[in-house]
Amino acid sequence: MTVARHTWYMTVRQARNLMREPIWIALLLVQPMVWLILYGQLFKNLTRLGGFGTTSYITFLAPAIVVMNAFFGATWSGMSMINDLDHKVVERFLATPASRLSIVLSQIVRSAITAAIQALIILLVSLALGVRIHAGALGWIVIMVAGVLVNSAFAGLSQAIALLTRREATMIAVANFIGLPLLFLSTTMNARSQMPHWMREVARFNPVDWGVQAAREVALPGTSWSSVGWHLLLLLALTAVTAAWATRTFGAYQRSL
Amino acid sequence: MEAIVVEALRKRYGEVQALDGVSFSVREGEVFGLLGPNGAGKSTTVRCLVTLTKPDDGSASVAGRDVRRETAAVRKAIGYVPQDSGVDGFGTGRENLMLQGRVQGMGGRELRERAEELLELVGIADAADRIVRNYSGGMRRRLDIALGLVHRPRVLFLDEPTTGLDPEARVAMWEEVSRLAQAESLTILLTTHYLEEADQLADRLAIVSQGKVVVEGTPTELKGRLAGDAVQVEVENGEVGRTQEVLAGVGARPEQVLDGRTVVARVEHGGRALPGIISALEGAGVSVASVSVSRPSLDDVYLHFTGRDFGQEDRAA
Repeated sequence: MTVARHTWYMTVRQARNLMREPIWIALLLVQPMVWLILYGQLFKNLTRLGGFGTTSYITFLAPAIVVMNAFFGATWSGMSMINDLDHKVVERFLATPASRLSIVLSQIVRSAITAAIQALIILLVSLALGVRIHAGALGWIVIMVAGVLVNSAFAGLSQAIALLTRREATMIAVANFIGLPLLFLSTTMNARSQMPHWMREVARFNPVDWGVQAAREVALPGTSWSSVGWHLLLLLALTAVTAAWATRTFGAYQRSL
Repeated sequence: MEAIVVEALRKRYGEVQALDGVSFSVREGEVFGLLGPNGAGKSTTVRCLVTLTKPDDGSASVAGRDVRRETAAVRKAIGYVPQDSGVDGFGTGRENLMLQGRVQGMGGRELRERAEELLELVGIADAADRIVRNYSGGMRRRLDIALGLVHRPRVLFLDEPTTGLDPEARVAMWEEVSRLAQAESLTILLTTHYLEEADQLADRLAIVSQGKVVVEGTPTELKGRLAGDAVQVEVENGEVGRTQEVLAGVGARPEQVLDGRTVVARVEHGGRALPGIISALEGAGVSVASVSVSRPSLDDVYLHFTGRDFGQEDRAA
C-alpha cells in the first residue's frame, strides 16, 4: 500500500515537472511525425509488393510508429533518474521513510504516461491523415496499451542501466546502440513476408516487434485477438522482469553509498 | 538522556579509511558540532547516522534507535539537511515541502498548515510558489532546512549548513539555526569546517581528523585546555632555533613551528609579556618579521590536538 501511495506522490512530482515544460512533449513528437508523414509518403508504393494486409502504407505504418515512439522514449527514461541521482534528490528521499521501490517505479510510470500521451497525439494526427483503425475504439486502446507496455519494458531496462552506470554519456551510447537495430529488426516499416528470412526469425524475439504486431493486428482487417493477447502478455512479463532488475540495481546503488 | 550515541564507527571506501573508529555522544536538546577539515570523515559520519550509508563496524543510535537495525524508526525521528541540497529544482518550494511531508506520512490540513508555518519560519513564504531553480543560494538552503523539519523531527542533521553562502548569509544562517533549535526544541548535529561557526553555534563539539574524534568538549573547555595566549613570531633568515631559545628564556613555551619560519609559543598574559619578548629577541640579534598575540581560538585547539595547521590541512584536502 505504501509502495502504491508513494509511487503516486513521486509520479505526480515528475508529471508536474513535465507539464511545466510541455514543449518537450511537442519536441519529442517531431521525430514520429517525420516518420509518419515523410517516410510514409516516400515509401507509399511499397504496399504493391504485397503482404502488407492493406494498400495504404500509412495505415500499415501508423500503429507501428506509436510503438516505435514509445520505444525510443523509453531508452531515454534513465536520464531523469541520473538527473535525480546527480542532484541528490534520491539521497534526500533515502533518508526518509519513502518507499525505495516507489523511487524506481515512479520513473517507469512517468515514462509510460508520457508514452500514452504521445500515442494519443500520433493516433489523432494519423486520423487526420486518413488512417482508420479497423477495430475502432477498442483498437485505439490496444495500440496505446502496446505502446505503454513496450515503453515500460524498456524503461525498466533504461533505469537499470542508469543506476549501474550513473553517467549520461553511457546512457546516450546505450540508447543509440539499441535504438535503430531493434527498429530495423522488426516489422515496423516492412511486411514480414518482405523481410529476409534471418531477420524474420530474429524479429520474433524482438520486444519492439511484439508491440508492433499487437498494434497492427487491431489496425488492419482480419484481427487475430489471440495474437494481440499473446503479444501483450509477453510484453507484460518482460516489463515485470526489467522492473525487477531495475529494483535490484537500485539496491546495489544503495549499498554503494 | 543521549540523543545520539556513536561508538567506534568504521567505514572504508576502497583504499580510503573514511571512518577509523569515530566515537562521541550528543545530549538531548544540544547543538553539537563536528569540526574538521574537508575529508576528515564528518559527512561520512552523518551519512551513517541518517541511515544512508551502512558502517562496516561499530554501532550508533539516534533518538534511542539503532541506525543499522531500526532504520525505519530512525528515518521518522530525524531530519537530514544534506551538504548538497537534494531539492527538486524543477518544482516549487511548496511542492518540495508537501512531497517531503507526504513521504513522512503526513497529509491533509495538518501538512498544509505545517508547510505554511515552515515557509514563514525560514523566511521564504514570498517565494513559496516559485520554481526552486530560480532561488538564490541562501533561499535554497532555507528550503533545505524546512524540508528537514517538516515532520517535526527530534534530531536534525545539518551537513555543512553554510558552505557556499556569502559571509552575510552565513551570519544570518547562524542566527536561524540558533533560533530553530529553540523554537522546535531540537537536538542538532552540524558539521562544519569553519572554526568560527563551531565556536558560534555549538554547545559542545568534537574535532574530527583523519576518521577519528581527536577531542570532545565545549568550545570554552577546549580553549581552556590551552593555558595562556598564543604568541606567533615570524622570523627572517631561518633563525628558528635561536628564537625558540630566546622565547624559552623569557618564560614563553615554544609549541610549534609553522612553515619553518614562524614559532608559536604559549604565555600566561600575551599583552604583558610582549614588550619583554621583543626586546629579548632584539637583544639576541634575531630579525623579526612580525609578532602577533591571540587569545586561544579553536584554530589553536586544532593545532594543539592534531599537530596540524587547520587552514593548511583544509586547503590541502
